[in-house]
Amino acid sequence: MRLITHSFPFTYKGETFYLVYHPYSNSLHSVDRKAYLVIKNKYEELSPQELADFSALSDEDVREIEAEIAELESQGLIGVDVTFPYKKSDVVKALCLHVCHDCNLRCKYCFAKEGTYNTARDYMTEEVARAAIDFLIEKSGTRHNLEIDFFGGEPLMNMSVVKSAVEYGKARAKEAGKELSFTMTTNAVLLNDENIEFLNREMDNVVISIDGREEVHNRVRTTKSGANAYGAILSAARKFRAVRGDKRYYIRGTFTAYNLDFAADVLALADAGFDQISVEPVVLPPDNPMAITSDKVGTVLKEYDKLAEAYIDRRANGKWFNFFHFMIDLESGPCIMKRLSGCSAGCGYLAISPVGDIYPCHQFVGEEGYRIGNVLDGSFDPSIRDTFSEITVNNKAKCENCFAKYYCSGGCVAASHYYEKDLFTPYGAGCEMMKKRLECSLGIYAVEKKYNEKR
Amino acid sequence: MKHISTIAKTERKSTVIGCAECQSSCQSACKTSCTVGNQTCKQEERINNTKKKETL
Repeated sequence: MRLITHSFPFTYKGETFYLVYHPYSNSLHSVDRKAYLVIKNKYEELSPQELADFSALSDEDVREIEAEIAELESQGLIGVDVTFPYKKSDVVKALCLHVCHDCNLRCKYCFAKEGTYNTARDYMTEEVARAAIDFLIEKSGTRHNLEIDFFGGEPLMNMSVVKSAVEYGKARAKEAGKELSFTMTTNAVLLNDENIEFLNREMDNVVISIDGREEVHNRVRTTKSGANAYGAILSAARKFRAVRGDKRYYIRGTFTAYNLDFAADVLALADAGFDQISVEPVVLPPDNPMAITSDKVGTVLKEYDKLAEAYIDRRANGKWFNFFHFMIDLESGPCIMKRLSGCSAGCGYLAISPVGDIYPCHQFVGEEGYRIGNVLDGSFDPSIRDTFSEITVNNKAKCENCFAKYYCSGGCVAASHYYEKDLFTPYGAGCEMMKKRLECSLGIYAVEKKYNEKR
Repeated sequence: MKHISTIAKTERKSTVIGCAECQSSCQSACKTSCTVGNQTCKQEERINNTKKKETL
């Protein structure tokens, strides 16, 4: 029988919380240190110091704790992990429309090669956008909630097509009895009043790219001519935030080896007035000076601890904000099918290039051997989709005994492809950071719950 | 229990079912580093993000 249970300490202001997480039941237990040692010894490996402390426990303590463990085991709340069966589906429910393979910024870490994805600087036409929407509706089966993300390059550089696609998509969705949500990921350079009004009205979510502190942002995100654009971008993003109210948006930053003290960037964005923030590690080949190489991962993990403490403090003291990677829902959250399949790239989620070519996701656009078909000529090769439909966490050997597997679903398929050269092997550096973020999320949950109950 | 206190657990029913209406796009997962657990369940529309008033 496979057993997975993760025990870890989480420290906040000098107080250590001993926590035990059971992925199969998604349950979190707060334990004393004695129980922490007994549980960790049963399901994981103790450090030499922990082993010495464990050996010093009294027989009575161990018996008591083992009895409590047995009770939790009988309830399925600790220990056991059984493979959930995965139900394959050939339904498409989300498209990433590359409305523009051009960009007005030249970010040094851009995976999209200045927005071109190693293809021409094409702009999507209305004809292609309409064909993509028709394709989505046709392939969506009985699925009711559908999504289209406007992406690039920089999508605001092709606003006329974005606007006509929204109009057409709404009409087609209404005819088909579907709910179609639109989202956009933008660098905000062209986020003027007119665009703000449109995006606020039509977009279910808007992701705006800002990397945090001005000097950090300007070092890696410049205009085509190499000029700084931070001031204008921040001003436009704040304007958008001001009108956005409670509707969904994210300020989305990237941290690199240049700013391993990225907690300061998260807090800088919060100080700038944003309350929905996501700052994420760059994914680059190890020979790139900005890459988060294995020797830097330890520093990143410590920085997450630092951020977690500041995060709890701010939220407790009238400066609430949400950090995407610390969000967790232990009472409910996504269903198990979602947890097994992740983003469903190549199956439920596909990307459409400006000329209508279909790819498994935006990061595969332009990648040789991964063109699935074209929305204009109606071609569709199911063999690539069939391969991607097998990419669930159940089929990733390295994930089998990982406590985070129902949170990351085996990680990004594109990162696996580009950096591990295998669709079924999770990107190693990403795994360590993911596990740390999950520990921080659980720790924050435990601390906030304790202090909420005290109030 | 004396040593162990369960502070959260998921209702098994909502863990296992799969209506498949949840978000699938890059915006909900990939462009934010594939943290699937952060996503909203369309059936319940509840996540920490919407529990703003419940936090400290």
